Amino acid sequence: MNVPDHLPILPVVLPLLAGIALLALRRAPLAMQRGAAVAATLALLPLALALVQATADGAHLVYKLGNWDAPYGIVLVADRLAAWMLLTTALLALFALLYALTGIDREGRHFHILFQLQLFGLNGAFLTGDLFNLFVFFEILLLASYGLLLHGGGRQRVKAGLHYVVINLVGSTLFLFAVGTLYGVTGTLNMADLAVKLAATPPENAALVQSAALLLFGVFALKAALVPLTLWLPAAYSHTSAPVAALFAIMTKVGAYSILRVYSLVAGEAAGPLAHLLDAWLVPAALATLALGMLGVVASGSLRQQAAWLVVASAGTLLIAFGLGSPAALAAGLYYLPHSTFAAAALFLLADNIARARGELADRLESGPALPRARLVGGLFFVVAIALAGLPPLSGFLGKFMLLQAALDSTRMPWVWSVVLVTGLVGVIALARSGSLLFYRTHTPHGEPAAPTNAALAPVVGLLALVAGLTVAAGPLSEFTAATAAQLTAPQHYLDAVLGGAR
Amino acid sequence: MEALIALVIGVLTAGGVFLALRGQTFPVVLGLTLMSYAVNLFLFVMGRLAIGVPPIISDAAAGYTDPLPQALVLTAIVISFGMTAFVIVLALKARAEFGNDHVDGLEREADRR
Repeated sequence: MNVPDHLPILPVVLPLLAGIALLALRRAPLAMQRGAAVAATLALLPLALALVQATADGAHLVYKLGNWDAPYGIVLVADRLAAWMLLTTALLALFALLYALTGIDREGRHFHILFQLQLFGLNGAFLTGDLFNLFVFFEILLLASYGLLLHGGGRQRVKAGLHYVVINLVGSTLFLFAVGTLYGVTGTLNMADLAVKLAATPPENAALVQSAALLLFGVFALKAALVPLTLWLPAAYSHTSAPVAALFAIMTKVGAYSILRVYSLVAGEAAGPLAHLLDAWLVPAALATLALGMLGVVASGSLRQQAAWLVVASAGTLLIAFGLGSPAALAAGLYYLPHSTFAAAALFLLADNIARARGELADRLESGPALPRARLVGGLFFVVAIALAGLPPLSGFLGKFMLLQAALDSTRMPWVWSVVLVTGLVGVIALARSGSLLFYRTHTPHGEPAAPTNAALAPVVGLLALVAGLTVAAGPLSEFTAATAAQLTAPQHYLDAVLGGAR
Repeated sequence: MEALIALVIGVLTAGGVFLALRGQTFPVVLGLTLMSYAVNLFLFVMGRLAIGVPPIISDAAAGYTDPLPQALVLTAIVISFGMTAFVIVLALKARAEFGNDHVDGLEREADRR
């Protein structure tokens, strides 16, 4: 067996096998389960790095399952975008898992199994080149996320979980309707083949194809928490356990990724009836998402709720970039994507640290007793807040700056500039208020509250180090995202790589 | 035949949407189930309606019917079956946690005290 040939499928198979192994190990000592889980998650990193390296020259690695040629067989496709998403997921998962090891994984028996299956679904969704398989991987990551969301139990969690499950089941149904219609019209579900067939849709089928594509967009918008399909997110994310919320920071990005992947293929310049299908919808909805998200941040009564609304706001920012669609805007969005993921995850983990140290007050934004190790925790909060609000010098600022620059030659420039800048200011005010309530307006504590441990703060520091790394390496990384954007705006190579001699 | 199938899918979907918007978990679960029936039927007929032809090319038969939607619908049935089982268990858990079956877990006055 030649390992490099099989590289694209390894990030999918590894978490699946790890999940099964952990299922067999579930009666083994906790230390052994933890060791296996950390080893499996760590092993994703070199795989993701190898894929980044293998795709850095612009190659599309096409993996034919069962060696059946596309479009008859199912393919996995690794390109720069997929590798970038895999790397982000692997890094995020590692720190979320490390935080879970501080004791949260003991609250239920199947945490590590579900965690690996979640990674299986995520990695599969990023790598698949087939629309139906995208549905299947969505279901896998959703089913694992249902279990993770409810991990630990509790009334609020069950209520938020019920809403999350029901709305996602409706989303899955709509996904199948869209997939069915596309198959009925074109007779294929391979994304590359679909792009070719859809471009040649006869006029009598144009309306059918457009409605299917918009239905599909609705499903992805639901995952990405785009307005008006946002309101499930804050309750679900703010009531789940911290490492799960941190891992879920990538889940809205799965929706954004799917929009980018599918519509860069099927709705580009030469896409017949689907050309520029989303132009009228995506940017206005994304601007509304950003505005609503920041209003939610201001209105939040607790730090975790604030973090959840910040996830909504960052999804809005990301989709503005994807909606503008120019190579420069896509590059800005792809640079902003890992930044917002890491920073939001860091805030969820830090909020949990603060909640544990404040006892009954938890993370409610009310003045309370002074925190133990307030300087360290406050300092970390300051850095997270700077990153999330998009202030210099961290990568949030660079991402937003690139986005604003990319919006300059768009007709929507006044809207984008005013909404992004005003919401940025609102975010700064809201986070400054939270910080001053939590760290300045305090009184001497009664008794000895539990101080946040180094083990619990280390993942936060790690995620912030990644944000710092994004800032320091902004030059080469933004070159990489620019190359990714160039690859996405020229889908011909993707089609040639997947379909090969079949055309 | 086409009209009948279309009508069945339409009625199932409409009933599913209506039930999914109800306030109690049991009708919501039923609504989700009806919607998944509708979509399974829809996927199945996307291979076009045909009677008495095998899903494989054979010299003995006059034609063949598209086998792919049948494979897709099998996958979709398995997934929706698993999801329904999960949401039923979750609804039961919510019923146990809140003491009633409202989707928002509205508490009765007596329970709150």
